[in-house]
Amino acid sequence: MKINHPLLGPRNESEFTILGDAKLLNRPNILESNQAQAFYEYLYLRDNPIGMHRELWFHEQGDRSWLIVTRNTLTHEISKVELAANVVNKEGQAK
Amino acid sequence: MSYSAIKVIKEAFTGHRGWKPLWRRPEPKPEYDIIVIGGGGHGLATAYYLASEYKNKKIAILEKGWLGGGNIGRNTTIFRSNYLLHDNEKFYEMSLKLWEKFEQDLNYNAMISQRGVINLFHSDAQRDAYVRRGNSMLINGADAILLNEDDLRKKCPFLNYDNARFPIQGGLWQPRGGTIRHDAVAWGYARAADQLGVDIIENCEVTGFDIQNGKCNAVRTNRGTIKAKKFGVAVAGSSSAVMANAGLQLPIESHVLQAFVSEGLKPIIPGVITFGAGHFYISQSDKGGLVFGGDIDGYNSYAQRGNMTVVEDVCEGGMAVMPMIGKARLLRMWGGVMDMSMDGSPIIDRTPIKGIYFNGGWCYGGFKATPASGKCFAHLLATDESHPNAKAYLLNRFEKGQMIDEKGMGAQPNLH
Ligand SMILES: Cc1cc2nc3c(=O)[nH]c(=O)nc-3n(C[C@H](O)[C@H](O)[C@H](O)COP(=O)(O)OP(=O)(O)OC[C@H]3O[C@@H](n4cnc5c(N)ncnc54)[C@H](O)[C@@H]3O)c2cc1C
Repeated sequence: MKINHPLLGPRNESEFTILGDAKLLNRPNILESNQAQAFYEYLYLRDNPIGMHRELWFHEQGDRSWLIVTRNTLTHEISKVELAANVVNKEGQAK
Repeated sequence: MSYSAIKVIKEAFTGHRGWKPLWRRPEPKPEYDIIVIGGGGHGLATAYYLASEYKNKKIAILEKGWLGGGNIGRNTTIFRSNYLLHDNEKFYEMSLKLWEKFEQDLNYNAMISQRGVINLFHSDAQRDAYVRRGNSMLINGADAILLNEDDLRKKCPFLNYDNARFPIQGGLWQPRGGTIRHDAVAWGYARAADQLGVDIIENCEVTGFDIQNGKCNAVRTNRGTIKAKKFGVAVAGSSSAVMANAGLQLPIESHVLQAFVSEGLKPIIPGVITFGAGHFYISQSDKGGLVFGGDIDGYNSYAQRGNMTVVEDVCEGGMAVMPMIGKARLLRMWGGVMDMSMDGSPIIDRTPIKGIYFNGGWCYGGFKATPASGKCFAHLLATDESHPNAKAYLLNRFEKGQMIDEKGMGAQPNLH
């Protein structure tokens, strides 16, 4: 797989590590009370869809930026690559 | 039809015209007592034990494709019981004991070969960890022998002992582990279950569950709606997709694992050997091909094929531990979809929906678990109680903080 890095162009998958579903950006608020259930779901449950999946990749052997890659889990086709920092700034900071 | 040496000789003289198909091709009935979803190793073993030991009548297996087309026909056929944690070790040792009598119990040749499994260690710290693991195996009734470098050099002179970065210091050997012809396992269970009256229905995909007031009464399939009292889901890599139809989200991600076979060579690899410093394992099939593999690719996938990065990584591992492998040519490679759980251990449990039971999260090691998984899942389906050896494999263990994390990796499925 080649990942089209928004700043560096197409880079080989071997330069990256993957963390998983981009929903991990939406961490429950640790300062609120009664968050045990929310944290259990956040940590352990996954949609794991067949088809489109937004996921977090880290350019570990490159510029060390976090990317959000939209990829089809059935064909491995990548349709979108964004800088995670830009998305977070637009959609709001994780707590 | 029972197999015997006399039957084989008779068929040899009569042109092999007397062999019959191993299982019937029945049409689905409108209703069963228990439906097992997924005709892989685990589903087939479950149905076999339901019919043989728990004397259940009216059982069906619904398989979306053909029997044996999933991971049961894609794995690298290794069985072993060399786990550290007791909850795992007692379960996998139960499985190994069931393998030892599989062929006699089922009257079916699965080419079970207890050729031994050796895990190599490359540092003092790793040796100590393996000693601890070996002791855990012995406590749970399994076999384990620590080999030093001299012992190992006699068994496997071809290993790269003097690798500057990862010298081989010895290995943990389980002589009773080995390999089994994987699709013979599927065919053997299918034949035995069919003879006990189980309906094996291929090309029958479950697409939904009829759930009313928290209880499941029927499944919808491409061959119509089929009713039952209980449903056992054993669909391995498709677990999340199937259970999503019942409105459940699982602690599972699906990942692709690749396997490789070289051209046929004369016998050289004595058993199963695993590299302790990278992820690489190898054995040799009876046809002579070197069968090897390594890590999962690491990203969510339902594709049944992987990418070059891991091909390179596996080959580098092979060259590091066994440089002679560089001379062999690769013949074929393929992938299968693994149900990677959040702690690397499986789930055999009820679900919040009455009537639906779940078996999954087998990661890349579920082949060796097949008989024990079938037996424990059948026990659960038949009695509504967890089997004593599978009591820890609960669906809600992540919520309760009772993880069974063999590698200590945390909630990161691609690292288990
Ligand atoms: C390359 C590779 C190497 C491996 N090596 C080893 C090894 O050496 N040792 C080991 O112990 N394990 C190994 N494994 C893991 C092992 O193969 C699996 O954990 C195990 O086979 C999974 O259980 P199963 O046999 O029931 O799965 P499968 O055979 O995959 O069975 C699941 C079945 O469910 C069916 N299904 C899916 N969705 C539906 C639906 N909606 N309706 C009806 N049916 C459905 C599928 O078609 C499939 O046939 C390996 C796996 C791979 C891919």
